[in-house]
Amino acid sequence: MLSVRQLTKVYEGGVVALRDVTFEVPRGQFLAVIGLSGSGKSTLLRCINRLVEPTSGTVVWGDIDITAAPQEDLRRIRRRIGMVFQHFNLVHRSSVMTNVLAGRLGYVSPAWSLINRFPAADMAKAIHQLERVGIADKAHQRADELSGGQQQRVGVARALMQDPEIILADEPVASLDPVLAHSIMQYLEKINQEDGVTVLCSLHFLDLVHRYADRAIALNEGQLVFDGLPKEIDDRRFKEIYGKDAERVG
Amino acid sequence: MKRAVRTGWRKALRSILLGLAVLAALVIYAYGFQVTKVNLDEVRSERRQTQLVRILRALAQPDILTYPEEEVTLSAPFYMPCPAVPPQQREINPRQPYLLVTPSCVEPGGRAQVEAFNLEPNADAIIFLVPNSEVTLRLDTLTTDASGHILAEVELPERTSEAEQAIRVVTRQNVGRPRFSRTAYDTWDKIIETVFLALLATTLGTLIAVPLSFLAARNLMKGITISALGLALAILAAPIGVVIGSWIASRLVGWTVSISGSTLVSLSGAVAGTAVAWIVTRWALPPVELAPPPVPVRLARIVALFAAALAAIIGIASISQVLIQAGRAVEGWLPSLVFLGKFVGDLGDILQLLLTGVTALAAAGLMVSLGGKLSRALVVGLPRLGLRFAEMIASVLAGALLLALLGGAWEWLYQVGRPDVTLYLPAGVGAALGLALSLRYGGRDAIPVGLAVYYLARTIFNGLRAIEALIMAVVFVVWVGIGPFAGVLALSLHSIAAMAKLYSEQVESILPGPLEAITATGATRIQTIIYAVIPQIIPPYISFTMYRWDINVRMSTIIGFAGGGGIGFLLFQNINLLNYRAASVQMLAIAIVVATMDYMSSALRERVV
Repeated sequence: MLSVRQLTKVYEGGVVALRDVTFEVPRGQFLAVIGLSGSGKSTLLRCINRLVEPTSGTVVWGDIDITAAPQEDLRRIRRRIGMVFQHFNLVHRSSVMTNVLAGRLGYVSPAWSLINRFPAADMAKAIHQLERVGIADKAHQRADELSGGQQQRVGVARALMQDPEIILADEPVASLDPVLAHSIMQYLEKINQEDGVTVLCSLHFLDLVHRYADRAIALNEGQLVFDGLPKEIDDRRFKEIYGKDAERVG
Repeated sequence: MKRAVRTGWRKALRSILLGLAVLAALVIYAYGFQVTKVNLDEVRSERRQTQLVRILRALAQPDILTYPEEEVTLSAPFYMPCPAVPPQQREINPRQPYLLVTPSCVEPGGRAQVEAFNLEPNADAIIFLVPNSEVTLRLDTLTTDASGHILAEVELPERTSEAEQAIRVVTRQNVGRPRFSRTAYDTWDKIIETVFLALLATTLGTLIAVPLSFLAARNLMKGITISALGLALAILAAPIGVVIGSWIASRLVGWTVSISGSTLVSLSGAVAGTAVAWIVTRWALPPVELAPPPVPVRLARIVALFAAALAAIIGIASISQVLIQAGRAVEGWLPSLVFLGKFVGDLGDILQLLLTGVTALAAAGLMVSLGGKLSRALVVGLPRLGLRFAEMIASVLAGALLLALLGGAWEWLYQVGRPDVTLYLPAGVGAALGLALSLRYGGRDAIPVGLAVYYLARTIFNGLRAIEALIMAVVFVVWVGIGPFAGVLALSLHSIAAMAKLYSEQVESILPGPLEAITATGATRIQTIIYAVIPQIIPPYISFTMYRWDINVRMSTIIGFAGGGGIGFLLFQNINLLNYRAASVQMLAIAIVVATMDYMSSALRERVV
């Protein structure tokens, strides 16, 4: 159970990205986070693993208060939360293998990773995860030689290397075409259903939300404006979430 | 209508402003002319122009090639005044060089015609009068024509003698093939020295600038904050660490050196020390750790790591001994490879020197991290009031220590000799500052120590960069003596500052995405740098290093002007000796080397990046 309580984030310069956001995610749920660009979706996801320091409020995961954890505990918390990004965020000049192995950095001793040594078990695991997302043959290519869809699969494999209990996916398919989008979403769905990993995924397209999510929450200007089942988003709700000038597409 | 009037006004105003700007520019340049003493009369003056022409002509004839020269001397008897008995005609072989003087005797102050045949064509020929005192008198200097013939009418001085005198013609002629001149050889030696000077300075500068550049990168340093207690404990712990570390290292190195009399002993020390360090480290640092280990295991690991560090120090000290001994052995066996032996020996020496410094720094780092751990334990364990109290005490002590150390530096520099000014006063001020800081920032992870380091590093780099390497060379010449070594040190220091700044700007411009992604996996800060930052900065780092190598080659050609060795030293000497033909060789060499390096580095850069 992940519970977010009265989470508020005010950036330097006074921009309020999140305002009193409260919700809970039971273990194993596929939660979609929707809202306009700039509504605070990315900030919300980043507050959960504290890539962004929340201004106030708490994020409690099981019996751990993430927001109160000191820096060295943060390492142990973050390594169990995988993250997938809109722009994949791979290290371009490193090989696919190194990018995937980077998912183990939270586990391996810092001293050994200084000289780029990973245990043999991690190497085998990396190959296995690459096979799982269907690009084991690319393991020794440079990451920037891959297409967008392949890069995102490397991103998913990297998150899986962490043996995550939660995956935070920040618009994972917004840079991909619809066919690739479905294939990436299917990987996330598979991880959610087979491994029981909780998934928090921000999405733009409502059809993806309907197709994959167990539940959806919506943000508008940093405030939670909807929390319910995807099918409950009717036209009235839609206008509440996206503003009254919005039109449904897809 | 009104609008038209307004635009008219505006136009007029603009014209007036433009006129004022032109006027201001005129005044500025006029003043510039005066300050820089622009003097057109001097440029036009006859004397200066002749000098210029002379120098340009000398520069256009670089002293690169010489020919082995042979002197050909022809002599003809000569009388002044004419003797009673006219001198006899000599036999002449018309295929050999020969000399005719007509008439063969004159009255004092008379004139004679000197004609020589079959000399080297286009050679310098000097005509002498040789009285029987053998104190020769130069009569004329001329050049032989294409058939090796000279004809001159000379006026004879009043050197009367009853005895036979002589007219002598001396020609210098080039025999054999051209050879490189002495200047060319000297220039070659020095240009090699110059290139290696630049190489060493660039290497040394890069090695030091790369780690420093991370300290001056805002995006890496911005996030680092520390609590007042943590900062205070770190400040208190660091000097203790330095003292302990350097004490242990110097003891161990001294002990290792004392027992390693023979190569066998030091070799086994090197192997055993590094092997023990490696094995123990492997045990104490397991590759993966899922849960924090129990306390006894952690304690055992700390002890083991300490032992490993000691073993490593002994191992490295032994390696340095091995190097020094190997160097000596090479010098003994292979006299032609003395420079290699010396290099190996120097490497060992450098290793020993570095070992103490690095151990001291490492111990300081260790103590700082222990201080940080202690402070976090205190934050968790102590009640709020007790925590504030501990924080205040630590801050007061740390402030006092820091400023007392600064006071010590002040005393060392200015030799004030009054402890109340250089010790007690700074300590008091520091204590007050520490107290104020702890009251202001107490309790939270709030002191942006990362940004403080960032600004400090930036300031130091900018300051050092502003001082030209030529000026630094002056200081280093005083320290290590005139020669290329001073130049290496000066150029290195300047390179460190310049490159650290360039590198850090590259770090600041990396993509933030991968950084974020690696941080999200739970990587530590160092892991993040290695996996997300370094792969991104390798191409610009290589490119900037080559660019710097370029600059260093150019700088090293003139660092000799300040005594820093290299070709500049020779050039400076030749210019001062007005030996422009030699200077011209050096200028040519500089131009060739710099242009070649330019071309090579840009070609390499294109390939690598």
